[in-house]
Amino acid sequence: MIADTLRMVRLGLKSLLLHKLRSTLTTAGILFGVASVIAMLAVGEGASAETLKQYRDMGVTNVLLRSKKPEETQQSSSNSMMSILGYGLFYQEADRIQNLLPYATVVRTREFQRGLVHGENWASTMIVGTEVPFLTVTNMQVHEGRWLTELDLQRMSNVCVLGSSLARALFPLESPIGQTVLVGIEDRFEIVGILEYQGRAASPNGTTLDECAFIPLSSSRRRFGDTIRNPSTNRYENIELHEIKVKLGSMEEVEGTAGVLEHMMRPAHASKKDYEITVPLELLRKAEATQRMFNLVLAVIASISLLVGGIGIMNVMLATVTERTREIGIRRALGAKKKHIVQQFLVEAGVLSALGGVAGVGLGVLVPFGIEKWFNQPTSIQPQHVLLAFGISALVGVVFGIYPAWRAANMDPVEALRHE
Amino acid sequence: MVVKAPAAPSAAATETVAPVSTDALPIIAEFVDVHRHYVMGKDNVVRALNGVSMQVKKGDYLAIMGRSGSGKSTMLNILGALDRPTSGEYRVGGRDVSKLDDDDLSDVRGREIGFIFQSFNLIPQLTVLENLEVPLFYQGRVGPESRKKAEYLADRVGLGRRLEHKPMELSGGQQQRVAIARALMNDPLFLLADEATGNLDSNTEKEILDLFDDLRKDAVTIVIVTHNPKVAERADNTLWLRDGKVDRLVDNRLASSAAGDGGHP
Ligand SMILES: Nc1ncnc2c1ncn2[C@@H]1O[C@H](COP(=O)(O)OP(=O)(O)O)[C@@H](O)[C@H]1O
Ligand SMILES: [Mg+2]
Repeated sequence: MIADTLRMVRLGLKSLLLHKLRSTLTTAGILFGVASVIAMLAVGEGASAETLKQYRDMGVTNVLLRSKKPEETQQSSSNSMMSILGYGLFYQEADRIQNLLPYATVVRTREFQRGLVHGENWASTMIVGTEVPFLTVTNMQVHEGRWLTELDLQRMSNVCVLGSSLARALFPLESPIGQTVLVGIEDRFEIVGILEYQGRAASPNGTTLDECAFIPLSSSRRRFGDTIRNPSTNRYENIELHEIKVKLGSMEEVEGTAGVLEHMMRPAHASKKDYEITVPLELLRKAEATQRMFNLVLAVIASISLLVGGIGIMNVMLATVTERTREIGIRRALGAKKKHIVQQFLVEAGVLSALGGVAGVGLGVLVPFGIEKWFNQPTSIQPQHVLLAFGISALVGVVFGIYPAWRAANMDPVEALRHE
Repeated sequence: MVVKAPAAPSAAATETVAPVSTDALPIIAEFVDVHRHYVMGKDNVVRALNGVSMQVKKGDYLAIMGRSGSGKSTMLNILGALDRPTSGEYRVGGRDVSKLDDDDLSDVRGREIGFIFQSFNLIPQLTVLENLEVPLFYQGRVGPESRKKAEYLADRVGLGRRLEHKPMELSGGQQQRVAIARALMNDPLFLLADEATGNLDSNTEKEILDLFDDLRKDAVTIVIVTHNPKVAERADNTLWLRDGKVDRLVDNRLASSAAGDGGHP
């Protein structure tokens, strides 16, 4: 059985080699179809992988509340230079959330921009005042030294943990642990730890976690206060908290809790929309849905090229069948049943498209590499997409080979033998 | 070889015919009042075969002759199980195959009949060996055995060791030898040759006809359709067709001794 199939494939190849150019061109039709399916899906997958990772990093069991600068009205901007702009989340609100959700982990953060100086090295960066659970809620790891402790917070110690890039910028040669940095003009902080490289954003302004310095929230409030000059607008702004991260026990709780929090927060912020609730899980789901849609569209486009390849196969097989009418007659005279003739031409069509499929997989895997290398566009080749593309190509060969094979099998043997 | 009156068909042909016939050899192929009509239009029916009865016995060497249009090709197609009679019986190896369906007819061709064609009809992209194995492939019998058999038959027909050659690399005579070997691969009941030497020069024609004579030592039965009298007279008997009927049956072994054989009008 297997030997017979192998024989059919081998002899099929021989027949295809009768017309090398024609077979090669037909194969190329399938090749480009398969390659484009794989490459397109890899690009689509790569483009969305970045976004999906970003949302996953935000934590799928988290609900994030973030202060947002309210839209300024005419009136408020007229006296903008004198007054202090107050907005955002309050310490008190974080406490209320914790009371409402006793099993949730609630982490408060305060962010501001400052220069950090160590000897000759200087960096202006984001200082994040936060609490102990921040590390686990954001899923970061300590590379060297230690993270902030409850004691640091109680004592309002001047200790700080550096992101990996920041550590390298300030301390290119030595270990920063135990050293001090000057934060702003007068506050010296002792460096107690360095974080692992994270490669992801810390805030919507694009600063990465690796560029941040983390200090106890209590120390932040005590040394720097709640009122800070916003360097971009040159205005004083009073903000208690930039963010409240609420980590829940499971993904199932996320949606309901987000609604409850929204409801709870609304009265205090009724006059101005100065905060927003982000649910990473929702964003993730939306992004995934978008990605599926995108993939589907890509797959349909690419499948059209496979369809074109399939029509090429049908064309060639019809020509082959006509040219080899005599051969069909001979085979029928030598005992071939209709099914044998069908098999023979289906195998030939299948071999043609499978060859195109294999070559297409090769090219389809190479192209994304090139795109990544020369266009710096992330791609991701999924094994199931490769299988899909190859499977479709094999199917195309069989489907488009059926009609020519059927035509061949239904020729009258006497007529076929008489054919010149 | 016996031509029987259509009025005397028989179920157990071998038994009933034996007393009439000169010997008791088994009947391999038998036409019983075979008609083959082509309906061309309402009132236009071409009776290509119009009541033919005949028998081929094991070891026979029969030539079928006749003018153009007399029904030779039609008869060959039915003998070869490529076509079915409109009416009448065609028995192969004692079995009526005239009403078999396409698949069963294919099996009859594959197992019982060895075709030899005027234009050799080898499959060009296949090697000699692969060509020889084609009939067995459709019986699911390709393997080491078939290779041995191919080697034996190639030797038997005088091809020597040319199994890996392509047909194009062989002369016409050699190609026809391959075709003869291929026809013998399935141990058919009879060889059915259609103008087997029509494409060959006279020397090569003689070689092939000599090969036929040689094969008869192995009790191979041969039916050859031809319009070349030189070819026909090498057979034991010649069946003359005329207007779709058997005109006469000539025993060439008797006729050849008499100078200038009766011929036909
Ligand atoms: N497929 C066909 N359709 C119609 N008429 C046919 C067909 N085949 C043969 N005939 C007719 O049947 C008669 C016998 O033809 P054929 O068997 O080819 O004779 P031969 O081979 O002796 O020349 C001829 O009159 C021919 O025209
Ligand atoms: Mg003819």
